[in-house]
Amino acid sequence: MALLQISEPGQSPAPHQRRHAVGIDLGTTNSIVATVKGAMVEALPDVDGQCLLPSVVRYLPNKEVVVGTLAKQAAAEDPANTIISVKRIMGRGKEDIDYIGNQLPYDFIGEDGQMPKIRTVAGDKSPVEISATILNSLVNRAELSLGAQLDGAVITVPAYFDEAQREATKTAAQLAGINVLRLLNEPTAAAVAYGLDEGEEGIIAVFDLGGGTFDISILELSAGVFEVLATGGDSALGGDDFDRLIAQWIMQQAGIIDSNLSRQQVRELMQTACSVKEKLSDSDSVDISFENWQGVLSRDLLNTIVDPLIERALRSCRRAVRDAKLELDQVKNVVMVGGSTRVPRVRTRVGEYFKTTPLVHIDPDRVVAIGAAIQADVLIGNKPDTEMLLLDVIPLSLGIETMGGLVEKIVPRNTTIPVAKAQEFTTYKDGQVAMAIHVLQGERELVSDCRSLARFELRGIPAMVAGAAHIRVTFQIDADGLLQVTAKETSSGVEASVEVKPSYGLSDDDIASMLADSFDHASEDKQARVLQEKRVELDRVLESINTALAADGDKLLTTEERAEIDQAMAALVSLRSAEEPKLIDAGIEKFMAVSEDYAMRRMDVAIKDALQGRSIDEV
Amino acid sequence: MNITQNYFQMFGLEPAFDLNDDSLAELSSKYRELQKEVHPDRFANAPEQERRVSVQYAAIINEAYSVLMSPLKRARYVLELKGVAFNEQNITIDEPTFLMEQVELRESLANVRGQTEPESELLALAEQVEQKIQQLNRAFALDYQQGNLDSAKKSVLKMQFMDKISKEIDMLEEELFD
Repeated sequence: MALLQISEPGQSPAPHQRRHAVGIDLGTTNSIVATVKGAMVEALPDVDGQCLLPSVVRYLPNKEVVVGTLAKQAAAEDPANTIISVKRIMGRGKEDIDYIGNQLPYDFIGEDGQMPKIRTVAGDKSPVEISATILNSLVNRAELSLGAQLDGAVITVPAYFDEAQREATKTAAQLAGINVLRLLNEPTAAAVAYGLDEGEEGIIAVFDLGGGTFDISILELSAGVFEVLATGGDSALGGDDFDRLIAQWIMQQAGIIDSNLSRQQVRELMQTACSVKEKLSDSDSVDISFENWQGVLSRDLLNTIVDPLIERALRSCRRAVRDAKLELDQVKNVVMVGGSTRVPRVRTRVGEYFKTTPLVHIDPDRVVAIGAAIQADVLIGNKPDTEMLLLDVIPLSLGIETMGGLVEKIVPRNTTIPVAKAQEFTTYKDGQVAMAIHVLQGERELVSDCRSLARFELRGIPAMVAGAAHIRVTFQIDADGLLQVTAKETSSGVEASVEVKPSYGLSDDDIASMLADSFDHASEDKQARVLQEKRVELDRVLESINTALAADGDKLLTTEERAEIDQAMAALVSLRSAEEPKLIDAGIEKFMAVSEDYAMRRMDVAIKDALQGRSIDEV
Repeated sequence: MNITQNYFQMFGLEPAFDLNDDSLAELSSKYRELQKEVHPDRFANAPEQERRVSVQYAAIINEAYSVLMSPLKRARYVLELKGVAFNEQNITIDEPTFLMEQVELRESLANVRGQTEPESELLALAEQVEQKIQQLNRAFALDYQQGNLDSAKKSVLKMQFMDKISKEIDMLEEELFD
């Protein structure tokens, strides 16, 4: 006779089937995907055993696309069709991009103020599409390695990424068909990897200098909670800039004028500079040859060359510590993240600044993906009993334009998310019936010094004397750091809202047409997939309500309320066999309306119990 | 509903302006416990509706926490709980000495740029403002305790002016040295 199985106290008797989730570090130079396997977190290798995927995409005339090492090898030979460091142009306009040489590295098309595209032999490609291609490659790798379809992914972004850059990243993930569990800030991910490893408590700083971006985050770790107190940085400062300064030094020494260099030579020069930088991490000096010139660069001289960049980073550190309302000596540990923290001068200067030896024992290239994988495992539901929680902030203030070209801040930087803030404005002319809302991000007072995120209009305001209307503008930021703005005239109830689609983003139509393209040959497939997804969602709703009712349905609901919910559930169950996704959607929506009050009551109970020091499972 | 209770009750505290270090530490620890229950990360896998409720609750708790942690916002909030209304549109303070002080502080701030040692000037100014804020906090605490709500409200308005200057000092510091 078979033995009866009895589960351990506190564990669910029917263990949830393990779901497959990964963490993806979509880097400027390299990207990486990692996952939790048992008690280990592993970066997933490609078929050749390589974990780092160079973030390089090459387009070939036959429309074939090459991603990674092979593409990187062609970077100098085929510069116009080989896109490197695409992260630097995510959510950016043409006018934002720094170059070496007098020419753009690619053929950019698109007007100023619009999202640029790059002209390649395989057609015009937007940064979002190029990033989606890199993500796709990582997803394929993960699915091959796990032998299963992915249920979801956490994708990391620099903490200092603004709204436009975050939106662009999320869109890229959607284009790649990824269920995005969360956009996670890179330094926060690194803190998770270190914090859990060391069982650390107290204040830590994460110094994250990557290929193209710099972040500094100050966190407080306590009882499993990673609370970001302040973050700062520079979304255009990284190893690429080190390379550019070294390249400029070489040109100066060799007497080369940049306008004489071809695109190919520029790429070669940048590669030389990068390899010089890497070699100088281990040796005191390096022989360089470029074209007909030969010379030597010492580490001391390199230090002098890159010091201004490091100082820029340290100024951001100073500001972040101040924003966290801390003194430097309260920072217990500094964690180093990103390939550029391998430069010895960076480690020395950071150590001197924080007066502590920086922690470097987790591979700085992998630590972000590892932290993201841990968070993905939690979010997908594989760790129902975890104490771990990440509380993050927005890096830059958000506000709207007021009279005189000034910005009124509505949500200041370093506000913990999610957050909803409202402020009232009024009309300035008699009989004014519309109001233009211009949403901005940045710290400066003038509109012209901040980044414009979106514009929309509130129309149909009843005509009143100037100053009589009450326009309530609400900013809501979700846990991904993404913004939604609503404006409402409170006396009449006229409302307008916008999900911020930044000026440099893709329009909904663009996305729809790209998705349509990718499904072109498989539109029936797509139908079937959508239906399948809806059915899964329906089951999830049922599962969730059943669990809830079993736990506290009797306690929290009157007999009538219970009957109403039971009836709505029965209606939902009957929709399981529906063939029309829209029907299922409508059914779920209807059910939600019936059960909303109950969901809130349950949350209230959870809060009350938490205050009394009990966890929800004990109730 | 629990969440519509006042911010203090939300954290299981009695309304008070003076919160000592222990109370603040207790507040932080309760805040973390609450977020562990309601944060959207706990509902990443839940149906849409529960996710929406979770975002709302987490946002309210974040707002409550930020109000209670800031002396200025807390001062204002405890007065509002006592029914004191603040009219944003026309904030006036009819105290010539305070206004003179404001004018002087603003002049000093405007002159920082031209100084030979702007950093130490700015630091001195920041300290001066911080001291005034502390004074106002103490004055407020006393008035609030004794039920002098009108006088307490005046202190809040003054604190708002000082807070504005303090922010401008920070901005100038960033502009000059960061």
